Amino acid sequence: MALLEVQNLQTHFRTPEGINRAVDGVSFHVDEGETLAIVGESGCGKSVTSMSLMRLIPEPPGKIAGSIRFQDKDLLQLSEHEMRAIRGNDISMIFQEPMTSLNPVLTVGRQIGETLRMHQGLDKQAALARAIEMLTLVGIPEPARRVREYPHQLSGGMRQRVMIAMALACNPKLLIADEPTTALDVTIQAQILRLMLDLKRRVGAAIVLITHDLGVVAEIAERVMVMYAGRKVEEAPVAELFRSPRHPYTQGLLGAVPKLGSSLSGAARRLAEIPGQVPSLKKRIDGCVFAGRCALATDLCREVAPGLEQKAPRHIVACHYAPRGAAAA
Amino acid sequence: MSAPLLQVNDLKKHFPVRGGLFSRKSNWVYAVDGVSFEVERGETLSLVGESGCGKSTVGRAILRLFDITAGQVVLDGQRIDGLSPRNLLGMRRRVQVVFQDPFSSLNPRMRVRDILAEPIRNFGLAKSSAELEARVLALMDTVRLPRDVLDRRPHEFSGGQRQRIGIARALAAEPELIVCDEAVSALDVSVKAQIVNLLQDLQREFGLALLFISHDLAIVEHMTHRVAVMYLGKIVEMAPKQTIFSAPKHPYTRALLSAVPVPEPGATRSPTVLKGDVPSPINPPSGCRFHTRCPFVFDRCRTEEPEFRLAGDGEWVACHLDALPELPGPPGDPRPVPPNSTPVE
Repeated sequence: MALLEVQNLQTHFRTPEGINRAVDGVSFHVDEGETLAIVGESGCGKSVTSMSLMRLIPEPPGKIAGSIRFQDKDLLQLSEHEMRAIRGNDISMIFQEPMTSLNPVLTVGRQIGETLRMHQGLDKQAALARAIEMLTLVGIPEPARRVREYPHQLSGGMRQRVMIAMALACNPKLLIADEPTTALDVTIQAQILRLMLDLKRRVGAAIVLITHDLGVVAEIAERVMVMYAGRKVEEAPVAELFRSPRHPYTQGLLGAVPKLGSSLSGAARRLAEIPGQVPSLKKRIDGCVFAGRCALATDLCREVAPGLEQKAPRHIVACHYAPRGAAAA
Repeated sequence: MSAPLLQVNDLKKHFPVRGGLFSRKSNWVYAVDGVSFEVERGETLSLVGESGCGKSTVGRAILRLFDITAGQVVLDGQRIDGLSPRNLLGMRRRVQVVFQDPFSSLNPRMRVRDILAEPIRNFGLAKSSAELEARVLALMDTVRLPRDVLDRRPHEFSGGQRQRIGIARALAAEPELIVCDEAVSALDVSVKAQIVNLLQDLQREFGLALLFISHDLAIVEHMTHRVAVMYLGKIVEMAPKQTIFSAPKHPYTRALLSAVPVPEPGATRSPTVLKGDVPSPINPPSGCRFHTRCPFVFDRCRTEEPEFRLAGDGEWVACHLDALPELPGPPGDPRPVPPNSTPVE
């Protein structure tokens, strides 16, 4: 039984120019303790998907449809009050920009303690003690002093550690991390990724990782879902996806990233380009969303949207022409 | 061999930090503190490092966007750091820039046509309006933008297209050197590849030299000839790319390279995870600036600053150690091994 089961998620926004179909019928699941990465470029709907899971989309102008089953409850049917009991407790979230997602006028101890006092009914003293414990866990030096400091007194890497401490304070079952290391330098990114993996093993939470960085995906994900223009185009275990991507978009994406060490192999190859750009989500697309940029597109692609099909064990692709059968390793 | 196109000697740029009510200058940020390098014609030199290491400040100092504190900037044998604004004009034509953010570096009120025509007019590169028009059209072709969008304004374009406009504007002046300050960092993966390829094509076509300022090491490796690694206002290592990516000589370079996640699941690598954060450039550490985070630190590093010395063929490094010791493997690599992964040959 999956921890999280998302069926036909549709998150649309009403805009003056028409309806923006930011997420257009996406289904996926997350098992307990699993790390699922959602990958795609700006505007593919990956962040809107994560915000929808937490029901953080303002309605109106937004509108969420479909179903999000978490531990046998449909999150979309819950009242706002019931949802508040889940946010930060069973499901918590780490955002990209630790500077804007921490409250600048409260000490970090108070912010970590707030979730504990709300969800677990701890008193002020106990919450502070647990906050110090959490700061120790995420590797902040001198936690007893830092707990009384304000976000501006901390560096970017430390702020992200505070965000993680806050997210894990109530031992959530599911952690949603939306570009958790994008704003950080590589050496700090390495620290934070290591920390997330380490904590995941200790706490046992499932992680939904939203990112555009394929290096980060390869590093920590177990399963990957690729999104394009609001739809899911491919899903596979991480090794399988990198070894034999079957959707032309995924293939393009992987070809467009230079790998460190390219100069050593002596292959000064040209980067693969994906011509053109992401289509507008405000127009209804009848065929395949990628048809406009795909080198293999035919009339069939432009008229009929391909359904998601299992092309190999645990490997799902939305393409009329994706090869079928087990991967040639 | 002729003189290099650009020569930077012991460049320093210190910014005052105003503190207190009466805004006395109480402190200095040592943003760039003694940096020397050369860029040859048609070459790409990349400046890499983490935020706050001073790489962008170096780029801006070369463009003379501010006056430098000390040192020399020599363009084609002529010092340009002390030139008067009038005499700078010729130099400005020869050195152009492409900025990171294509949203804030293009004037939203100008049409593309005017954005591209401005440098051509300013530097008197076209004799007639017909020639001006021809040049603008040619620029659009060069950066592969359709000609019929010339009368649109920047907000009508996507990020990648805007970056093409920014590149076309830099090319309009017919420069010999373009400073690319994180020019592809804000772009999406697929668009980034388009712009990287474009820059490489243009370099070949026009023999351009590029000073490529970036924190993205994989992109740097893909397109550069040489690399200079900066840390807290100084270059710690400079070498041709094959050397630096295969056998880095400075502990910081090694840590930086090993921290980059590789898009290859199950890839074997032993990351040197650096502890702590970059110290403040207001009070940089004594001795070697990296000593607070260096895994191989010893007494001499804390007191004596290592000399920036020639350590091989075109390889410069600032470290007291002649060779880096091998690191013991990290205890218990926490990366999960995917169940069906095959070992990497």
